[in-house]
Amino acid sequence: MASKSKYDAIVVGGGHNGLVNGAYLAKAGLKTLILERRHLVGGAAITEELYPGFSFTTFSYALSLLRPEIIHELELTKHGFMPLLMPSSFAPTEDGDYLLLGQDKDENHHQIARHSKHDADAYDAYGHMMEQVVHAIRPLMDSIPPDITSKDPEERARLAAIGSYLADLPPRVLHNLVRLLTGSAADILEDYFESDIMQGWLASSGIIGTKVGPRSQGSGLVLLYHSFGEHDSAYGAWAFHKGGNGGFTQVLARAAEAFGAEIRLDSTVDHVLTKEGRATGVTLEDGTEFSAKTVVSAVDPRRTFMQLVDPRELPSELVEDISRFKFQGTSAKVNFALDANPTFPGLEGRRDQYQGFINIGPSLDYLERAFDDAKYGWYSSRPYIDGCIQSNVDPDMAPPGKAVMSNFIQYAPYHLRESDWDTEKENLGDVVQARLEEVFPGFGDLVLHREVVTPLDIERVTGLTEGNIFAGEFLAPQMFFFRPAPGWNQYRTPIEGYYQCGSGTHPGGCVMGAPGRFASQQILGDLGKK
Amino acid sequence: MIKETPFHGRTSAANQTGLWSHWAGYLATDRYQMSDKFEYFAIRNSAAVIDTSPLYKYRIYGVDAEKYLAGVLTRDIRKCRPGQAHYTAWSDDDGWVIEDGVILRLSSDEFLLTAAEPNLAYLQGLISGGQVNIEDVSDEYGALALQGPYSKEILKQLSPEVEDIGYFHLAPAKIGNAAVTISRTGYTGDLGYEVWVGADDALGLWDRLFEVAAPHGVIPAGQTALLITRIEAGLILIDVDFHSARYAWNDDQKATAPELNMGWMLRDLKDDDRAFIGRKAIEREIKGKSSRWKTVGVMVDWEHWARTHNERGLITPKDHTPEHGGMMLYDEKVERIGYVPSFVYSPVMQRHIGIARLRPEHAELGARVGLEVTIDHRYEIVDSYVTKLPFYNPPRKTA
Repeated sequence: MASKSKYDAIVVGGGHNGLVNGAYLAKAGLKTLILERRHLVGGAAITEELYPGFSFTTFSYALSLLRPEIIHELELTKHGFMPLLMPSSFAPTEDGDYLLLGQDKDENHHQIARHSKHDADAYDAYGHMMEQVVHAIRPLMDSIPPDITSKDPEERARLAAIGSYLADLPPRVLHNLVRLLTGSAADILEDYFESDIMQGWLASSGIIGTKVGPRSQGSGLVLLYHSFGEHDSAYGAWAFHKGGNGGFTQVLARAAEAFGAEIRLDSTVDHVLTKEGRATGVTLEDGTEFSAKTVVSAVDPRRTFMQLVDPRELPSELVEDISRFKFQGTSAKVNFALDANPTFPGLEGRRDQYQGFINIGPSLDYLERAFDDAKYGWYSSRPYIDGCIQSNVDPDMAPPGKAVMSNFIQYAPYHLRESDWDTEKENLGDVVQARLEEVFPGFGDLVLHREVVTPLDIERVTGLTEGNIFAGEFLAPQMFFFRPAPGWNQYRTPIEGYYQCGSGTHPGGCVMGAPGRFASQQILGDLGKK
Repeated sequence: MIKETPFHGRTSAANQTGLWSHWAGYLATDRYQMSDKFEYFAIRNSAAVIDTSPLYKYRIYGVDAEKYLAGVLTRDIRKCRPGQAHYTAWSDDDGWVIEDGVILRLSSDEFLLTAAEPNLAYLQGLISGGQVNIEDVSDEYGALALQGPYSKEILKQLSPEVEDIGYFHLAPAKIGNAAVTISRTGYTGDLGYEVWVGADDALGLWDRLFEVAAPHGVIPAGQTALLITRIEAGLILIDVDFHSARYAWNDDQKATAPELNMGWMLRDLKDDDRAFIGRKAIEREIKGKSSRWKTVGVMVDWEHWARTHNERGLITPKDHTPEHGGMMLYDEKVERIGYVPSFVYSPVMQRHIGIARLRPEHAELGARVGLEVTIDHRYEIVDSYVTKLPFYNPPRKTA
């Protein structure tokens, strides 16, 4: 047998967190190998030319919550990092009107006042409340949480420090934080807003990627999480990377390689090799072996604990925790190559409304009804759509004059009641296209190519269990101390030298990179390198 | 009465914000749409159109024009062949810079000099015989800059000559029915062109350009976007980074070409027998190493910047609006060693950057300097590092 190739560290999975993790390990001097199953890196953050001249962001479509530290520490601007601004938000109403918000505070005031003068003022108050809460708990999101199960005095002291920190917050900020963490998005939004469009537009952030409705307890947490984006000093601001999120993961790959990491594509890891309770390397499906004392799983918790290693090597309590960890993916994508920008009646000839997100979720009732379908095992008959016509932001994404449109769809539950996704795939595409036709008359005539991505497709292509875009639901019992399981929230596993760094770990999903970064800190600390 | 540029009919229709500045007595759009950063990214990622007509434009011609300019301009105009352009400066007898600008050599005896301020009387006053004429043709021409990575491909569709126009070169061309001059120049530090057109043909040029450019996502960009890019490009601005020696009250307000990072213009001085205005003083300065300043870049330590603001309970500010002030620079002993007249958060570099004046002994590349920022009416000093200019310099600019 040929001798195994030797590395200091092997990262399983070349998604954005795997790349971030591998880049940090390589930067610290470890001989690092990143293994990616597919023919391209990026995981769910990829860009593909599915129709000649049109770049599709098949899955993840926006540079959402990326931590600014990563940009600097990994020197991403050297490798082509370019976060294009998405300056507007366009939300059509049920009656053919719209809400169009941009970068100018006063203009936004007028826009909202068209729908409700009350809400126009409330918007600033709401924004300030959210910013205060985000700012207050950012230090907790920006650090590795203590192990709540540990008796170690140091961990206990860190736990106590969090208690003191929270107790020192202004009482109102703390209370708003608890309301967000435990309540529904609707409860909070109805306190501030009276118009359907403001409630619906803002509540959309409370459901994205999660099997909750805006009136479900827990949607407040999702709403809060999505406000953590910190793009160029504006909390909650999202950007769009040049070339889509695939453009971003290519930047990450170049950075990782510049630090000396090796990336091997088309390399499916079959399992992690262990010996006497510690990791020694990995074996690929084709039998190739690589050895390393550190192995990092960038894939989701189900695969990390149940597939890459033999669960019998793990404590049964952890195995049980992972078995009941909720994935239940509920999102889909329907992407289009279009012959031109669609037309919104009343805004003919303009395109500034297409420079950001297009939010089709005009009221709380609309979103809640869309959720109702999912509760009973079916996709929404009138779905929530988070669209963006990215070629308006990055003209490189489509040929001149043409357009490429990404549509995030909810709800589309992984488990269908009386059918399966292979049967329903194009039907879902038809439902979404029909809804877009209502908003943009003539939409169907513009379609050159349509790509429907069901939760099953997400799982099959990216490996995300049940197609959950966050590698595990954003539910309170699956966050912070408990992500992915009590006692295992600090990126280590019961197998020595085997670590986890995917979105199933703290803080969680979105193109944030924090899990990959924190995991590298933990690994380097354990190796005495930091 | 404030004047309108020849493109006003189009710029006013495109200006959704109603925000205008006065630039050399003309209305200039600050930002066309609510987000100036979107306009900025058009320059860096696709292309944007900027109306630069307000610049003063002087036509200098006659068989002795070259000889005249060789004596006036700090940079040797004899090396600028017909069909080329120079970024240049002119100084007074003591070597203090009066102004900088771009000069286009249209033919062996015809030049077009641009300037930010009026210079006609001054330039005419320097004619000491020979056949030289200087006319102010500012009103007769409009200038439209197309800047950004797509600019070449787009302009080529209108005028194939563009293919062969090298960096700081120019060519006569025809766009639609208009005779124009296209120069590969600009104020953004990116691949880009300026199209010089007779005022009467200006609107036709705008329309023809957008016909071709709009499907590529090209939009007009205002002054704010332009001023972000010029700091990234390390290009200085009069009345911000320096003052005209003609109107300075004391020597502190003046600066020499070497002090303004224009030393490269004088690289070949020993093979250059010109007697140009300020030559002796500049030679003395170079020989005696008596420059008081160096113009360099400073880049702020991102971590220290964030920490300093976060400790005061503030969100880390990252404002892309250029700040034209004079933030002080200090050494470790908190002695003043310079200042930063132009400061901005660069979206493409994701860093706070500034064009700085530093005492030469502190201006070594990589040297740490302390930048004074005011946070809630308190002075704080944030670590920064000396870097070279330009900050942003994509290969496509000169390729």
